[in-house]
Amino acid sequence: MKHHVTTTVNGDEVEFLCETEQTLLECLREELELTGTKEGCGSGDCGACSVLLDGRLVCSCLVLGVEATGKRIETIEGMAQGDTLHPLQRKFLEHAALQCGICTPGVLVAAKSLLEKNPDPSETEVRYWLAGNLCRCTGYDKIIRAVMDAAAEMRGA
Amino acid sequence: MRYESPDTIEAAAKLLASESDARVLAGGTDLLVQIRAEVLSPSLVVDIKRIAETRTVKEENGGYRIGAAVPGAELKEHPALKKTWPGVIEAANLIGSTQVQGRASLGGNLCNGSPAADSVPAMIAAGAVASIVGPNGRRELPVEDIMLAPRKLALQKGEIIASFTLPKRPPHSGDAYLRFIPRTEMDIAVVGCGVSLTLDGSGTCTAARVGLGAVAARPLLVEDAGKALVGTKVDEAALDKMVTAVRAACKPIDDKRGTIEFRIDVAGVLAKRTALIALERARKA
Repeated sequence: MKHHVTTTVNGDEVEFLCETEQTLLECLREELELTGTKEGCGSGDCGACSVLLDGRLVCSCLVLGVEATGKRIETIEGMAQGDTLHPLQRKFLEHAALQCGICTPGVLVAAKSLLEKNPDPSETEVRYWLAGNLCRCTGYDKIIRAVMDAAAEMRGA
Repeated sequence: MRYESPDTIEAAAKLLASESDARVLAGGTDLLVQIRAEVLSPSLVVDIKRIAETRTVKEENGGYRIGAAVPGAELKEHPALKKTWPGVIEAANLIGSTQVQGRASLGGNLCNGSPAADSVPAMIAAGAVASIVGPNGRRELPVEDIMLAPRKLALQKGEIIASFTLPKRPPHSGDAYLRFIPRTEMDIAVVGCGVSLTLDGSGTCTAARVGLGAVAARPLLVEDAGKALVGTKVDEAALDKMVTAVRAACKPIDDKRGTIEFRIDVAGVLAKRTALIALERARKA
């Protein structure tokens, strides 16, 4: 049985059809063609599929698509404003905080969610917050530096 | 697989009772992993998050009623709850990553049926009672009586944990939870320990409960460990007696995360450290 789901993604009301088994991640990528959100492990360990669901950071691989009914979803596609990158995105480029880039959308969504709650996190707080976002390329140091630098810039702005 | 998201707990219980292999969906951080891995293939999933009771924290009779599906991240943002029951809240927020905490709930952590569930020893120490709704109405059961063995619960067909109650807190009370894992974050407890205690005006312990996880087939309430502290100033001699009681209660297995001998030893060490944190909090409360 297909479900007819009406939800809001990055401020736009959208509709899609899905099976019960389909995760929100699959619905975003396959039904709505928003492929910025990546699948890593598919079991909630790696954070590559991070999105905000009603403002709460979650793994979209551990949410059913049908659960999105009437909710507010924010993905990586909503981060830049037109051609203007979000400060976190700009700082990730400046600090070379990515290599293969698969983890990057999830890390950015998670970091943005942290800075909205806590504009002035310590390095330890950033590391703990991002503990659920695995990166097998960078060794994390550049990611942490980019987040700290973006937070400083956003506080000054 | 069908999906239903009823508005009332009674409707949810009826749906669960009507199907042979229906499952409750709260945060989904265990259930969806098991469905994807084909460990489970339920014909019906009943999402309980549209039911107000499961998604609300409220003060009741001087204590708290916590919805079984409220995620850990929301519990952490409840200042009064965090101040009154810091041990329960810190345990709930050791479950998985930030992303997992955005969904994972106390009810799910308990009903997943793992002996290593982090929030369970803390809830046992706190004296949490589960409010269970099923086809025959509502009943209450202390958290320590819910899990019987790995993946085996004392819930009857169609029964759902709707909420948990935490009792009214006397002055000078404190609780804490610690777990041992070989890394700093994102791991499953090798041993977990929750302690809750209350002092009188002179600093003598009047009540104490100790919960243990990952050292037996089910999470344990160690009554003798609590008794070892009551009537004392929680001094070294009392703590040593508590440690002996904790170690005596352990019946762990050998596995890749720890040997029997190691787990028993660590349980004692952790219980003492946890009790000292609870004691410090009780003195300040």
